[in-house]
Amino acid sequence: MKLTVQDLNSHYGPAHILFDIGFEVGEGEVVALLGRNGAGKSTTFRSIVGLVAQRTGRITFEGKDVSARPTHEIVREGLGYVPEERRIFTDLTVEENLEVGRQPKRPNAPYWTREKLFTLFPNLGEMKGRPGGRMSGGEQQMLTIARTLMGNPSLVLLDEPSEGLSPKIVEQMVDAILTMKKEGVSIVVSEQNLHFARLISDRAYIIERGRICFGGTMAELDARPDIRDAHLSL
Amino acid sequence: MAFYVVQFLTGLASAASLFLVASGLSIIFGVTRIVNFAHGAFYMIGAYIAFTLTERFSGAFGFWGGVVVAALAVALIGVLVEMVLLRRIYHAPELFQLLGTFGLTLMVEDLVVLIWGPDDLVGRRAPGFKGAVDFFGQNIPSYDLFLIALGPVVLGVLWLLFQRTRWGVLVRAATQDRDMVAALGVNQKWLFTSVFAVGVFLAALGGALQIPRDAVHHAMDLRIIVEVFVVVVIGGLGSIVGAFVAAVLVSELNAFGILIFPKISIILVFLVMAVVLIVRPWGLFGKPEAAARKTPGLTVNPWRPLTSNERLAALAALVIAATLPLFAGNYALTVGSEIAIFVIFAVSLHFLMSVGGLASFGHAAYFGLGAYGVAFLAKMAGLPMIVCLLLGPLLGCMGAAVFGFFAVQLSGVYFAMLTLAFAQIVWSIAFQWVSVTGGDNGILGVWPASWAASPSHFYWLALGVAALVTVTLRIMVFSPFGYALRATRDSLLRSEAVGINAKRIQWTAFVIAGTTAGIGGALFAYLKGSVFPDNLGISLSVDALVMVLLGGVETVSGGVIGAIVYKALNIWLVSQTDLSKLVLGGFIVLIVVVFPKGIVGMLEMLAQRRRKSSPPGSSLLAKPIESAE
Repeated sequence: MKLTVQDLNSHYGPAHILFDIGFEVGEGEVVALLGRNGAGKSTTFRSIVGLVAQRTGRITFEGKDVSARPTHEIVREGLGYVPEERRIFTDLTVEENLEVGRQPKRPNAPYWTREKLFTLFPNLGEMKGRPGGRMSGGEQQMLTIARTLMGNPSLVLLDEPSEGLSPKIVEQMVDAILTMKKEGVSIVVSEQNLHFARLISDRAYIIERGRICFGGTMAELDARPDIRDAHLSL
Repeated sequence: MAFYVVQFLTGLASAASLFLVASGLSIIFGVTRIVNFAHGAFYMIGAYIAFTLTERFSGAFGFWGGVVVAALAVALIGVLVEMVLLRRIYHAPELFQLLGTFGLTLMVEDLVVLIWGPDDLVGRRAPGFKGAVDFFGQNIPSYDLFLIALGPVVLGVLWLLFQRTRWGVLVRAATQDRDMVAALGVNQKWLFTSVFAVGVFLAALGGALQIPRDAVHHAMDLRIIVEVFVVVVIGGLGSIVGAFVAAVLVSELNAFGILIFPKISIILVFLVMAVVLIVRPWGLFGKPEAAARKTPGLTVNPWRPLTSNERLAALAALVIAATLPLFAGNYALTVGSEIAIFVIFAVSLHFLMSVGGLASFGHAAYFGLGAYGVAFLAKMAGLPMIVCLLLGPLLGCMGAAVFGFFAVQLSGVYFAMLTLAFAQIVWSIAFQWVSVTGGDNGILGVWPASWAASPSHFYWLALGVAALVTVTLRIMVFSPFGYALRATRDSLLRSEAVGINAKRIQWTAFVIAGTTAGIGGALFAYLKGSVFPDNLGISLSVDALVMVLLGGVETVSGGVIGAIVYKALNIWLVSQTDLSKLVLGGFIVLIVVVFPKGIVGMLEMLAQRRRKSSPPGSSLLAKPIESAE
């Protein structure tokens, strides 16, 4: 398994947010984490990369237990994270944003260069010197993904990549994610949008109120409209 | 004409050091969000070590090598400080970091005296720059010309460092979003350490380069830190170009202010700063910050009024305190009165800081205004004590009303800086308007009326007023006004969205706090029998901050306890040891690291632990609590 999450519990202060979350991602797989607003998708991702201080449980990445490691070490193992709010460095240019994400080449992961990323996201190549703050939402979303890919991750946590984007940009996003998959990057993508998730994912988990309440292939999910309707707003 | 040119050049030369120190402070703040109060201390150590090295090793190599080695050595000390102290408190509320670095400053002040002695040390002239250049009959030291050239050079080097290196890109990224930088695989710890080292290096270099111009002495840290605060605020925190322009501006204001407005030379700089902050709150070259993600508090325990048992305990404590005159001597009673007065002072700041979330760096201004108000009324109008006590604090009230109106337009660090500037203006007026305030000599002979003259009577008076003030403010905390104020503290936008006029609420809180401080000041004037500019000086403002933070900024009773402990400790230490600053500073640092919630916060936590076994995740030491989505 590429990534295994077991018994993950997270707290914000006195509030218990995640309850015994567990899921797995196989080598080269695209797995969707589906759920409504506030279900705990982002917190799950933030907990995996160590951005939530109060968490317990076991997170195994490529056979190594990374649960107790600081964020930057987890990321340097090749576990990339693309946050929901994009969090572009608005004062930095596109190229400088990419530079922040740059990490050495990794033997078991595709190697990304600026040029390669500019082919994947042609828009970015046309605005190398533009400050992140003066880009559209879609361009910023591309930049966050490209920035994380500069770290040559073997697995990427993509937090709601389609949120707030126009249908045309969403299409580009689907293409980009499929390209990443083809290159051999494993992906966990959190989504509210089932249609989007279906276009890219092999399997799906549904999270509701901090608990995983379904896990299976997309076909299995389609066979259970009751679950789909109960936990996902369509 | 030539004279003015020379004056201008002198100003430029002074700007060089100021720029070095200010840029260092700015860089450190940008990334770590720490307002490094100890920056002046690093500047001072830089000067002292450079003095020693340049005395020891002769020749040009000895001098310039000494200057650079001194800066490097201090940078190393900075690294040590960062790793041992600051790393533990990055997640604490920002004022805690200020308190920790302030404690460090206190320690350094005593340490340099211990090592280098209390006397001013006059350093060597710089080899190669010993002479002066003749300019139409006026002499310009050639070392000044060197400094004038150095400023832009350092600016250029820093610019290249930040724009053209990976380190610079990472630092700029971290300035904006530290967590995201970590989430991209960058080790924040070392980034922070390196940034701190660079910042401290610049400060120490600034100090080391001053030795041919100025004597090295053990108070140079406070003098520079205030100026540097002004520079970074005018220039914009985090902007190096801003620091440069503002350093030049401030130095020139100093150079020409003396000539043109000798009466108000000191306040000129602060006046400019206040104007800049009001017109461009983020400084000339700074960027308006998107509502910064607030450092969340350490505790999430909601405040509650005292239970009836706790009320009885507080009452009992008050009664016991009131029995002090039965067994204590006059000295103890005077100390007791002073502590009671500082309780008033501390709870007033606590109200503004903890309840209102507005950390004032110049709260002593209103304390001092209250004291001066009493002195004016008693000495000039000859009013009786009781009238003076009632009317004197109104001066503090008026000061708070005027300054508060402007100050609450800002928030966070900028609010702190503006209040500092206002306090400096008031201090300067008291200091320079000799005909009214007596200047440095103060106003003497403000003695209490006969009914309050004996130490025990005065003690009871002070204790009674302190109790009354504390209870009143506590009631206010749990009143609708208090709720509204806390709402503006926790979320300005949301509070406005539910119909709270946030600025007015904050302004009101500012006036309440200022008036209360004025009451403390009024009593203080009678306790001491005199009023001095120091009564509204920076060190008193800092004392108040320390008291509140020591007691626990996130607790309701923090101000009271903090004032008692700090003041008692302070008075006791001064009587016990010559190294009171060292001990006190060490104590503050210890408190910050070990008990980040302050004394009351710690007690509350212990009490809570006893009540129930601790819930998962709430450990003794601070853990950041991120805002839930």
